Amino acid sequence: MNQSNNNTTAIDFKALLKESGIAALVALGLAIVLVGFKTVDTPTGMDITTRWVWVVVAVASVFVGRLAFAVRRESKASRAPVHVDMKAKENRAAIIVNRFSTIGGPLFIGFALVLPFMPFADRYVVDVATYVLIYVMLGWGLNIVVGLAGLLDLGYVAFYAVGAYSYALFAAYFDLSFWVCLPLAGLCAAGFGVLLGFPVLRLRGDYLAIVTLGFGEIIRVILLNWYEFTGGPDGLSGIPRPSFFGLELKRTAAEGEQTFHQFFNLDYSTMHRLIFLYYLILILALLTNFFTIRIRKMPIGRAWEALREDEIACRSLGINPTNTKLTAFALGAMFAGFAGSFFATRQAFISPESFTFIESAVILAIVVLGGMGSQVGVAIAAVLLIGGTELFRGLEEFRMLAFGGLMVAIMVWKPRGLLAHREPTIKLHPNGAPPPIKQAATEGGVK
Amino acid sequence: MKEVSTTPPELVIPSGADPLLTVEHLTMRFGGLVAIDDVSFSAGKGEITAIIGPNGAGKTTLFNCITGFYTPTVGRLTLTARGEEYLLERMDGFRIAQKAHVARTFQNIRLFSEMSVLENLIVAQHNELMRASGFTVTGLFGLGGYRKKEKEAADLARYWLDKVNLTHLADINAGNLPYGDQRRLEIARAMCIKPTILCLDEPAAGLNPKESSELNKLLIYIKDEHDIGLLLIEHDMSVVMEISDHVVVLDYGSKISDGTPLYVRSDPNVIRAYLGEDEDEALPPEVAADIAKDFDPENREGV
Ligand SMILES: Nc1ncnc2c1ncn2[C@@H]1O[C@H](COP(=O)(O)OP(=O)(O)OP(=O)(O)O)[C@@H](O)[C@H]1O
Ligand SMILES: [Mg+2]
Repeated sequence: MNQSNNNTTAIDFKALLKESGIAALVALGLAIVLVGFKTVDTPTGMDITTRWVWVVVAVASVFVGRLAFAVRRESKASRAPVHVDMKAKENRAAIIVNRFSTIGGPLFIGFALVLPFMPFADRYVVDVATYVLIYVMLGWGLNIVVGLAGLLDLGYVAFYAVGAYSYALFAAYFDLSFWVCLPLAGLCAAGFGVLLGFPVLRLRGDYLAIVTLGFGEIIRVILLNWYEFTGGPDGLSGIPRPSFFGLELKRTAAEGEQTFHQFFNLDYSTMHRLIFLYYLILILALLTNFFTIRIRKMPIGRAWEALREDEIACRSLGINPTNTKLTAFALGAMFAGFAGSFFATRQAFISPESFTFIESAVILAIVVLGGMGSQVGVAIAAVLLIGGTELFRGLEEFRMLAFGGLMVAIMVWKPRGLLAHREPTIKLHPNGAPPPIKQAATEGGVK
Repeated sequence: MKEVSTTPPELVIPSGADPLLTVEHLTMRFGGLVAIDDVSFSAGKGEITAIIGPNGAGKTTLFNCITGFYTPTVGRLTLTARGEEYLLERMDGFRIAQKAHVARTFQNIRLFSEMSVLENLIVAQHNELMRASGFTVTGLFGLGGYRKKEKEAADLARYWLDKVNLTHLADINAGNLPYGDQRRLEIARAMCIKPTILCLDEPAAGLNPKESSELNKLLIYIKDEHDIGLLLIEHDMSVVMEISDHVVVLDYGSKISDGTPLYVRSDPNVIRAYLGEDEDEALPPEVAADIAKDFDPENREGV
């Protein structure tokens, strides 16, 4: 370590050592408790063994890593030009993101459309893709609340739960079909969005986050304890599957009805239902996407973004912050409700366990990592985080470590999210190339 | 110190004939602190009314009361415009801008920095566009003439961009503009709500002399061509003397003078407030003359 620094004389080596030392100290504190002790099962009960070697390894790697990181940072800083041209940087980002959205977006959708018919698309692949798409949709839905309106919502999963339980309960009590329940579930969730919206309207930032977090837990606790109605921890099972325009995707149909495979003269295969569900969530997700793209260009969408930027300025322009926030909450919740009822019908079984805080955190992570407000970015983040953790399933208990590592890596590499660039919703000079010179300097032009 | 000295008739302020905004016995208390103490004045249409006073005099607080950010402790604020009468102290903050079309700018610029310059001006026309889009329902499906209305909104934005010399920067983020441009953009944004009265909180702060004189021209243009009232908080006395028709002076929350710039400039109360009170000692005449000169713009004629 020492030699590596001798040539970089401009760097305050002592300060770096100190910095690394502090990091190592923190690591030591954490490692002693987290790594240093391990409980082992013995025939007589539990025992604790110590693992000091591991502690040393952890602390040493933190020290070395931190030092390398700091040295790299310092040497970069001492070489970097004093003035970084932010404008040029932003322009470059804009061009890249634009190209990505115009080419990448359709490519992405095209790939999603043909995925089930690819040669490698077996049961597992289609199932994981469906699972990923649920999160893409949830990410896009939450993006309305967090990315556009700037309201930090840590209880988004509550609306997902409301959607799922609405469908399950409507189906169980009123015997309604999926296609009737889908809009109802969306409405219920939107209603809950408004319900949550009212008390939290005056709150901002951290306070809002805490209250929404509490709301998420309240919903879960109610579902857990209202045994007669929701089944409590046992959950609800036997949730009906959706039909394909009235055709059941089952081996045998009810009296006087046809099944999907009979109608289309196919051999029965459980893949049909999986592929059907896959397309269903793809359509729902794309619907969310197109809705968001479109509403961004509506006055309400612009007001959301303006509210995120500066609520006081919004009020000075006559924008009603209450209504504007409520619509954001309600619409974001509605899409979670749709996703929830899809989740219920896919699983055919739901319980409060599926709607814990960690789900909210994952959805929020998808939005933040994707770049708040960026549709393509959110989709990529969902694929990376959800698909990635599926891929890492083989790592077993290190899976969450990989998940966290991925998040840290993205945040270090792209602190504002993968695709953070924002395109204006309306342009005065749509073909780029603003007038070459500044306005004729009649009164002395702009400086 | 509070009673206003007898006013020579030729220096009495012209407004009152066509009062746009009438402030009566306005008091604003924050706990024990009286930020505004029984202030009354009126501002006319087609006039620039300057509010001046030392730091902490309560100027911004006065604006916050007029624009609904604070609810006054006592007092009545009446705005008479476009054939309607609005009691501002009874209206919600945003309704004052929405219904009475009172526009304002802020002492610390408040733009939507991550949105483009043009978007800032479009957002200002939110309520009209909202109506045209059928509260989003019809607009979402491209029905109900929303397109046309949006085009009109862009045209109005374009008009004000031309006026403040920002047309070529319309599509960049407002936060990336230089300081002076941001100040002008904030004024353009306020004008996009089609105001009846425009309240400007130190619009010239931080501008260089050239930008400042451009700003004066802009304010005069707005006053003359758009026939609205302007309320202007300003520290630079030469600007105040040059462009305002009417000056209200606040000190420690009280109004200490009210009249034409010419009158206010020579009001001993004002001179004392600006110089700092030296007990009851009268000002030596040469000092008073000196201060009066400071207040004077290039044109010695005054108003
Ligand atoms: N929200 C508030 N709560 C408590 N006190 C306040 C509040 N707003 C303003 N004040 C107090 O009211 C007084 C007047 O403040 P104000 O901002 O109106 O002064 P100002 O004339 O605009 O000064 P400046 O020229 O520095 O802008 C100050 O003493 C200030 O501390
Ligand atoms: Mg002020």
